[in-house]
Amino acid sequence: MNFIDKPAKLRGFEKHIKVEKVSRRNILKGLGITGGFVLAAPVMSRQAFAYETGAGKMPHGVVVYPRVFVAVAPDGTVTILAHRSEMGTGVRTSLPLIVAEEMEADWSKVKVQQAHGDEVMFGNQDTDGSRSTRHYLIPMRQIGASARTMLEQAAAKRWNVPATEVKAVNHEVVHSASGRKLGFGELAADAARESVPSIEGLKLKDPKDFRYLGKGQVGIVDLHDITTGKARYGADVRLPGMKYAVIARPPVTGGKLVSFDADAALKIPGVEKVMQVRGWPWPSKFQPLGGVAVIARNTGAAIKGRDALKLTWDDGANGKYDSVAYRKELEEASRKPGLVVRAEGDADAALKGADKVVVGEYYLPHLAHVSMEPPVAVADVKGDRCEIWAPVQSPGGTREDVAKTLGIPEGNVTVNVTLLGGGFGRKSKCDFALEAALLSKELGTPVKVQWTREDDIHHDFLHTVSVERIEAGLDKSGKVIAWRHRSVAPTIASTFAAGAKHAAPFELGMGLVDMPFEIAHISCENPEAAAFTRIGWFRSVSNIPRAFAVQSMVGEIAAATGRDQKETLLELIGSPRIVKPAVKDMWNYGEPTDSYPIDTARLRKVVELVAEKGEWGRQVPKGHGLGIAVHRSFVSYIATIVEVAVDDKGKLGVPRVDTAISCGTYVNPERIASQIEGAAIMGLSLAKYGAVTFKDGKVEQKNFDDFPVVRIDESPVVTNVYIVPPGPDTPPSGVGEPGVPPFAPALMNAIFAATGKRIRSLPLGKQLEA
Amino acid sequence: MIKVKINGQEQSWDGDPDLPLLWFLRDETGLTGTKYGCGQALCGACTVIVDKQAVRSCITSINDVAGREVTTIEGLHPSGDHPVQKAWRQVNVPQCGFCQAGQIMQAAALLMENPKPSHDQIREAMSGNICRCGCYQRIENAVHLASTGV
Repeated sequence: MNFIDKPAKLRGFEKHIKVEKVSRRNILKGLGITGGFVLAAPVMSRQAFAYETGAGKMPHGVVVYPRVFVAVAPDGTVTILAHRSEMGTGVRTSLPLIVAEEMEADWSKVKVQQAHGDEVMFGNQDTDGSRSTRHYLIPMRQIGASARTMLEQAAAKRWNVPATEVKAVNHEVVHSASGRKLGFGELAADAARESVPSIEGLKLKDPKDFRYLGKGQVGIVDLHDITTGKARYGADVRLPGMKYAVIARPPVTGGKLVSFDADAALKIPGVEKVMQVRGWPWPSKFQPLGGVAVIARNTGAAIKGRDALKLTWDDGANGKYDSVAYRKELEEASRKPGLVVRAEGDADAALKGADKVVVGEYYLPHLAHVSMEPPVAVADVKGDRCEIWAPVQSPGGTREDVAKTLGIPEGNVTVNVTLLGGGFGRKSKCDFALEAALLSKELGTPVKVQWTREDDIHHDFLHTVSVERIEAGLDKSGKVIAWRHRSVAPTIASTFAAGAKHAAPFELGMGLVDMPFEIAHISCENPEAAAFTRIGWFRSVSNIPRAFAVQSMVGEIAAATGRDQKETLLELIGSPRIVKPAVKDMWNYGEPTDSYPIDTARLRKVVELVAEKGEWGRQVPKGHGLGIAVHRSFVSYIATIVEVAVDDKGKLGVPRVDTAISCGTYVNPERIASQIEGAAIMGLSLAKYGAVTFKDGKVEQKNFDDFPVVRIDESPVVTNVYIVPPGPDTPPSGVGEPGVPPFAPALMNAIFAATGKRIRSLPLGKQLEA
Repeated sequence: MIKVKINGQEQSWDGDPDLPLLWFLRDETGLTGTKYGCGQALCGACTVIVDKQAVRSCITSINDVAGREVTTIEGLHPSGDHPVQKAWRQVNVPQCGFCQAGQIMQAAALLMENPKPSHDQIREAMSGNICRCGCYQRIENAVHLASTGV
């Protein structure tokens, strides 16, 4: 199905993309759409964009291609493809909604179809980095506008009137002069024969005519299925003859199997087979860790069988990893000079000459993702072909990795993307799908690999563990004149390259070198930290420790100078300005700084908005306190105010949370609110409880009893969300991740206001009870 | 042979009597609406209603429910229009949705026992059900809405 002459050309906006004749029948067949037709494709060019995004630099870039994304059936049903993974952000609704808006489709006549993993056909599919809306708002509008234009042209020809006299309105094309109307379905076949409008001539809708975008009354497309148990997640895939597997993996990352005894396991009713699974050497990237699989007729039997295995492991090089000792190493490293990653002025001298130096050393442990659906995948390998059903954030990457792992051509691998029962970055790594592929190949039958919750916590790609040490030098008036931030944490790069000990550029750019305060003397340093487990992306990534440190420090400076937190924060942010990148090639979430600068006016705006709406400075009862924090991440700006209530026994309650977000042009404010409400819960979870610790190289936690997350009875009583209205042409920016980072520091600033206790070490645990 | 009625249909099992009801439902019966989240009755994703009680199917064996009536999310209402389900949609509760079947079954069981729960009673009754996406505010509002008429 080769319809693009050189797929490599899809990697950027820089070059025009030539689209060759497409085999419509093959695409329809591939997508499982019948009885439809597919519209034609425009040629992309960079001039067509009001602003530039980093979308073109993603693997396989962007495909603006209505033939792929839109189908109109003769009965008028419009099928729009969702090429990104749905893990709870609402993207499976939001992106198709953009297409529907532009083509004047009636949303109630739209069906959303999930795309399989094929980046040559669909463009980049990595659903991470809070990128979907910011990379696809304009392409999806162009796809919708192309479809609308072709339907209009078809109608104009049918009526023999100029195309300028007809207009698509709510699933029909109307000729108002004569009162004639034709439904989209009636025009479908003719529209398919229409020539493709060029991007340059494409007329996008005037935003004032939007019916869906920015309005917020559209529920997610899976709402009914979710509430009736019909929604299909990775765990819910069932194939004829499918076996169920669970795997015993090396308890220490990088460890190896020495021997196993399967006799007792094989006696468990329902257990059919016990077999070794291939593991890859440390650092194993996304490849499986190896171990022993128990194959059974149902998952319950497989788990029981695994419990009965007798296993001997060689723990390998990471067998000494100990969180208590490691924390000391990080703390010591943070107290000595490290690799300088940003320098302005002379921070050393300014700190020495300061009237007062406020020092904060902040500790944040490893975190597990614990999405409600633990990793799970189904694979069916037949000869040199493989079909996968899995809840993956990286359908394209999964396809590539499955092909490489099995040694078969990528074209022989089909990755069907199910709904994800949560992702949070864990499901960007497809190790669980690779395990299923390996097992299915050996068994010769379809197989489902189910991770238990214990597996999920023991073998996660964990959020890093870090010590963030900040020294702020103040002059006599209390103004901050010097800032030194040492950030020391094992890097995600260590999962790919043995011995990586310094933060990757994308980690440095998450709240360290991009720190926006207006201070004359700044030094950011990144001392070495070795990794002894798999480190991975966790929602918001390095922004969590950086925002925690920076925004807690603002609270500490306010306390040291006897000033209001919010006023101190605004003074540090300084004048409204565009902050020049302080380092060369600063990571800006993959976005050009022209379209997505660090804009302190927007940072100030969210602080001021949340302060106004959240009634900053209001009188609160005894034992209550207010805290504030702001952070720019994923090119969005978010400020949060948390009110806490701490009783005389040290029990923490959160009566109210207020959050303001500036995320540019947006699609579905209702889902933005839900993401921010959820971010408060995730922020509270990590602040209150989040800690994965190691002893003898093994994770000490097992399940939700010793790795708790916040439950409804301790959740904020109310979370209010305020969205800053976008200016004209303000590019869209991230929503899924940026809500998390400001929460924990706002919480700790509030706890300080309530109790006078400054919490620098996460999680909170019982620190208030002492 | 163990016999159990699931969503009004008689089912039988002659395998391991200790098999957790969860896996019987999901793997042997194909009722995948009930979810696995922890296996230890810590998260509530597997909640079903046995007779009139919400139970965690991950720690309930098939033998424990022999001769009893099990209702899963698929059987809560023939067209999916139980007041709790309707309220859930009206309030746009779910994000990823994976925990929601368990949440809905727990809420339905709560309203059978206490048709007009207070907000505190809702928070207490729903505290065994984890939602990692953090839909709690909407869950609380939806249960309240279901109790006052959708």
